Amino acid sequence: MTARAKLGADIALAVIGVCFVAPLLWLLLASVDPQAGYQTKVPVAPSIENFSAVMTPELLFQPVANSFLLSAGTAVVNVLAAVLAAYPLSRYQSRFNKPFMYTVLFGTSLPVTAIMVPVYGLFVQLQFLDSMVATIFFMATTTLPMAIWMTKNFMDSVPLELEEAAWVDGASTVATLRSIVLPLMRQGLGVVFIFVFIQAWGNFFVPFILLLSTGKQPAAVSIFSFFGQHGAIAYGQLAAFSILYSVPVLVLYALVSRGMGNSFALSGAMKG
Amino acid sequence: MRIRRFLRLLPVVPSVLLLLVFLLAPVAWSFYASFTDAALSGKAARDPQWVGADNYVRMFSDDSFPLAAWLTVVFVAASAVLGQNVLGLLIALLMTRSRRVVASWVGTAVVAAWVLPEIVAAFAAYAYFNRDGTLNQVLGSMGSEGPDWLYSFPLVAIILANTWRGTAFSMLVYRAALADVPRDVTEAALMDGARGWQRLAFITIPLIRSSIATNLMLITLQTLAVFTLIWVMTAGGPANASTTLPVLAYQEAFKFGDIGYGTAVASVLILLGMIFGAVYVRLLREQKT
Repeated sequence: MTARAKLGADIALAVIGVCFVAPLLWLLLASVDPQAGYQTKVPVAPSIENFSAVMTPELLFQPVANSFLLSAGTAVVNVLAAVLAAYPLSRYQSRFNKPFMYTVLFGTSLPVTAIMVPVYGLFVQLQFLDSMVATIFFMATTTLPMAIWMTKNFMDSVPLELEEAAWVDGASTVATLRSIVLPLMRQGLGVVFIFVFIQAWGNFFVPFILLLSTGKQPAAVSIFSFFGQHGAIAYGQLAAFSILYSVPVLVLYALVSRGMGNSFALSGAMKG
Repeated sequence: MRIRRFLRLLPVVPSVLLLLVFLLAPVAWSFYASFTDAALSGKAARDPQWVGADNYVRMFSDDSFPLAAWLTVVFVAASAVLGQNVLGLLIALLMTRSRRVVASWVGTAVVAAWVLPEIVAAFAAYAYFNRDGTLNQVLGSMGSEGPDWLYSFPLVAIILANTWRGTAFSMLVYRAALADVPRDVTEAALMDGARGWQRLAFITIPLIRSSIATNLMLITLQTLAVFTLIWVMTAGGPANASTTLPVLAYQEAFKFGDIGYGTAVASVLILLGMIFGAVYVRLLREQKT
């Protein structure tokens, strides 16, 4: 490769990179500017005023706690159900395996926004509306096909010989699963957990439809109401709020992509 | 023996139950309700009546559905198939020839837009395309006055915003695909005197065509379902000018209280998703064999 071609590629990439950063720049600058508008400008008198203004129990802490409950609950349900489902699919030959896995894969492609109207109707019928638990189970189901798919692939990479040795020594299936298979694939399980957690944390539409009382709404929904009520005046606070709410997923994503290589991040990315 | 085989499949039951109750049932209910006059409140909410294909007939006599269907096609074609896909491939290709540092920094910038929670990305895009926003500031500094994007060109704004948000996915897919292209093939072509674009068109792209097909399926499905980005930026307006099918289904069901019509629109979307999903599963099956 010639040096000129290399420089050309560098410049082209840098231009693209600047275009991608530009919309985010406003978020960063406005968050430390008490007089922020929609313009991107370096604040005259930068301060953390915006951050301290939104750091109140009802504005930030309660919604973030709700987000955490929803996301962690969704991730736990996903990992449990996926591990259980993946075990027989990975370990026993059956003519159901292939059709089941393809059905699961097909399930990953259903547009979740499209089923929100019927889901609302279903929740009304079953009196599940405004229930945190029901919302957790629904959100878990929307990511479950992907979680099963990933978990089975991770489990397939745990060699069967180790288990067979344990069986010979008289260990039960449950015991081998718990003491051999799961510890060996804990990185993979971590990826599944974080992947589901990030999805749930960023989910706006599902809790927006299914959770009605403000005391139960996660940050994604409360930030939207805040924007509706004060967005036209308190730009800086909106930006500060957005940043505080985004930090957890940024950290988790960095954790997954740094610690475990790009292929893992990509398999987690299948449903963005 | 039979019973043992059955018992082995027992752990799959919780997952199957969840999928039946929370995924299959809503889909089935959607198709059923689309043939009724179910409503959000009032008499029709307690006791919906069967109305046959009325909702579907209304779709095609109404102006809003054909418009929303057309806007959805344009939105998906422009922001996913063209925007994310082509830009993602371009970035991945550039990264194979650029310096490592540049590639990693730009990669982070592209991924950042994608990892952020959807609502935050939507706020950032809203501010960016605002009349006083960054885009018009940049245009202003170059001496031209930009329009009020969200009001005058809402479709352009949401297409650009969705391209910005989603390109990372295509970039990651193509980086992985390009890493698998054997070096000696492209080098052999270089020795034979093939130019850059010739190598791309006749060697690289044919070699990664299965990744391209999979990527196109997945980003089409993702873009078909985009709601939050549009809802925050334009709320479908002004006057339905950026109302895609998910926004229309939401508005009909929750703003106008017409669950029957809303589920009919949703059912069309679900059917579209199923068609693309079936093609996607087929593609993957063919790749495996």
